[in-house]
Amino acid sequence: MATMTYIEALSKGMWEEMERDRSVFLIGEDIGAYGGAFKATKGFQQHFGEERVIDATLSEAAIIGAATGAAVVGMRPIAEMQFADFVTCGFNQIVTNAAKTHYRWNLPVPMVVRLPSGGYIHGGPYHSTNPEGWFFHVPGLKIVAPSTPYDAKGLMKAAVRDNNPVLYFEYKYLYRRIKGEVPDEDYSIEIGKGDVKREGSDIVIFTYGSTVHHSLEAAEILSKEDGVETMVVDLRTLLPLDKELIINSAKSTGKVLIVHEDTLTGGIGAEIAALISENAFKFLDAPIRRVASLDTPVPFAPPLEEYFLPDTNKIVKALRELSSF
Amino acid sequence: MARIEVVMPQMGESIAEGTIVKWHKKVGDKVKKDETLLEISTDKVDSEIPSPAAGVLAEIVIPEQKTVAVRTIIAYLETEGGVVTAEPAKPTANPLAEAPKPVAATVVPPVVTAVKPLAAPASGRFYSPLVLNIAREEGVAMTELELIPGTGDGGRVSKKDILAYVVAKKSGAVAAPAATPALKAAPVGIVAKPVDVPELRAKYPAPNFEILQMSNVLQKMAEHMVKSVQTSPHVAAIHEVDMTNVAKHRSAHAVEFEKKEGFKLTFTPYIVDAVAKAIKKYPLINTSIEGDKIIKKNFTNIGIAVAAENGLIVPVIKNAEEKNFLGLARAVNDLATRTRTKKLTPDDIQGGTFTISNYGVFGTLIGTPIINQPQVAILGTGAIKKRVAVIDDAIAIRSIAYFTLSFDHRIVDGALGGMFLEEIVQYLQNFDMNLKF
Repeated sequence: MATMTYIEALSKGMWEEMERDRSVFLIGEDIGAYGGAFKATKGFQQHFGEERVIDATLSEAAIIGAATGAAVVGMRPIAEMQFADFVTCGFNQIVTNAAKTHYRWNLPVPMVVRLPSGGYIHGGPYHSTNPEGWFFHVPGLKIVAPSTPYDAKGLMKAAVRDNNPVLYFEYKYLYRRIKGEVPDEDYSIEIGKGDVKREGSDIVIFTYGSTVHHSLEAAEILSKEDGVETMVVDLRTLLPLDKELIINSAKSTGKVLIVHEDTLTGGIGAEIAALISENAFKFLDAPIRRVASLDTPVPFAPPLEEYFLPDTNKIVKALRELSSF
Repeated sequence: MARIEVVMPQMGESIAEGTIVKWHKKVGDKVKKDETLLEISTDKVDSEIPSPAAGVLAEIVIPEQKTVAVRTIIAYLETEGGVVTAEPAKPTANPLAEAPKPVAATVVPPVVTAVKPLAAPASGRFYSPLVLNIAREEGVAMTELELIPGTGDGGRVSKKDILAYVVAKKSGAVAAPAATPALKAAPVGIVAKPVDVPELRAKYPAPNFEILQMSNVLQKMAEHMVKSVQTSPHVAAIHEVDMTNVAKHRSAHAVEFEKKEGFKLTFTPYIVDAVAKAIKKYPLINTSIEGDKIIKKNFTNIGIAVAAENGLIVPVIKNAEEKNFLGLARAVNDLATRTRTKKLTPDDIQGGTFTISNYGVFGTLIGTPIINQPQVAILGTGAIKKRVAVIDDAIAIRSIAYFTLSFDHRIVDGALGGMFLEEIVQYLQNFDMNLKF
């Protein structure tokens, strides 16, 4: 057991998978000698060589296309988008080729696309997006979004070993801010299973990624100041959703708050809300609430970014409104 | 073959009867659905009435030129289906008549479900799906549910409230009310029992009209209101009050206050406090008139109008001028609780010298309340809403309300009324933010 940062954990996950399986290789922009924009692959090329850690051309379409092709012939590529925002240039490769090849030709596409996502870093509108919503609607993909070092490593290993294209959303905000214990031994986290990060019987928060931490903070405040106990469910996997956990937690608490960093309209929260009202309507004691980013591009100015993004205070406010409903 | 009853349709809300002008079909004639069957005439309109179903006109019960009450059977049709009552004039044909029934049956048996659904709440109060679900499973009838005090938003019964009630009921702490179907919780203020008065019934026939007995409370309220308007020339002054400081003070202390005192800190004590202080400065507001004499009261008893289940009640805070803020808050809570639990004594509702009516809780912005005789003024407080306000030539968002002072112009003139109200406004606007409890 070692304590490490979020980025060290996901990096460790990739390293161990590359050691374990020679078919695993990396492809991305500046990931080789430079070690990646965020140093997630620092030292990888020196250790594994240029053939397994490929500095790609500045084309996301080429990176994902190459990864898809390699996966089809039996490799297990991990493709890095330097920022998740840039995935749009490889969008067609993901939704048309990677997502549909298994269905169309019975050829599995075991690949991982790493997507450094999100704000709280004053990165402005082109380096802070949370684009999971665009892919959430695409059958044939899996989507994971870890919030802790333990989950980051475990889900990385599960993603590499999965026979489907897995989009791995990782949070720049959490990279060096969050530390946690990570087992030395080999382990993986089942894709499709959420995790109860905090128990509670009064309200449940469904969240993932960066906002798991804000949600946990808010839950502590409610517990201390209001005596209200909030369950915090970290979805961990967005596609497929852990429907059983979502429905049962909604039933056991009767009050639901959904928190995500992605913008509100058409986000993951909308699907969760629909799922709950279809399956647990009779157990609801209050309207389902959502806290998410505003429906605008991510602002650059720090005060505006703060206003735009979900934070602990906004979650506390929503929890109090739900609690007093 | 089955017989369908054709009844005199109701052609409008206030129409009680209709005259048959002409039958377009003879007995034995075939008639198609929606084909004109007859013509009728009412007070308001003459209409051609389409046939409710396809069939044969079997019998004409009411001949031409005869007038009958609505829903009287006027003819029978014979169809392939069962006997059903059909009201032909409904714009969309009665679905019962539309679908021929395989067997003759006048009553559709109710659908039997494992768990009986609850009746609709008569009060219009909102219940969440979960609360209704718990009520159903725990056998809590709607009439019981309506009586459970709610601690949620706007008095909503929350999951905790109903679970506490269920536990209390099981332990015998609460007796389930007798399940009398007549016991309907009516909207606030108009609890009234249906009565039958033949002479009124003739004028207002059922089922279009209901005749209800005014409760004593309602009768008294009516009497007082008429008397007050006749006695006092009412004048209303309306001032804008910036409640931002009060709202801030309240939210800053709400949690701590509730923990310490065991009840919620509301806006009411702030307003009562302001009124008591303003009366000290303008004692002529705290008077009544007898003949040509002014009766000046050296105590301030402030009544607070409360919409209770059976009508308007005005419990009175005695000697408000002697109480500090906390004392007022406790007095307000005590009266409010006892009003809700019907534990007020006659003494609690007597001796008021000034009244406050907080119609803002119903969303009213501006009202012109009627003076509670023999007092000479009443304060009405409107809903507090966030508005754009100009402060020092800058635009700000403030919590604003409109307060109305209705006063008796026999003794209070516009100057006094305005100054008194402004005193209240200034006190609230400049509320002492350092006030601790």
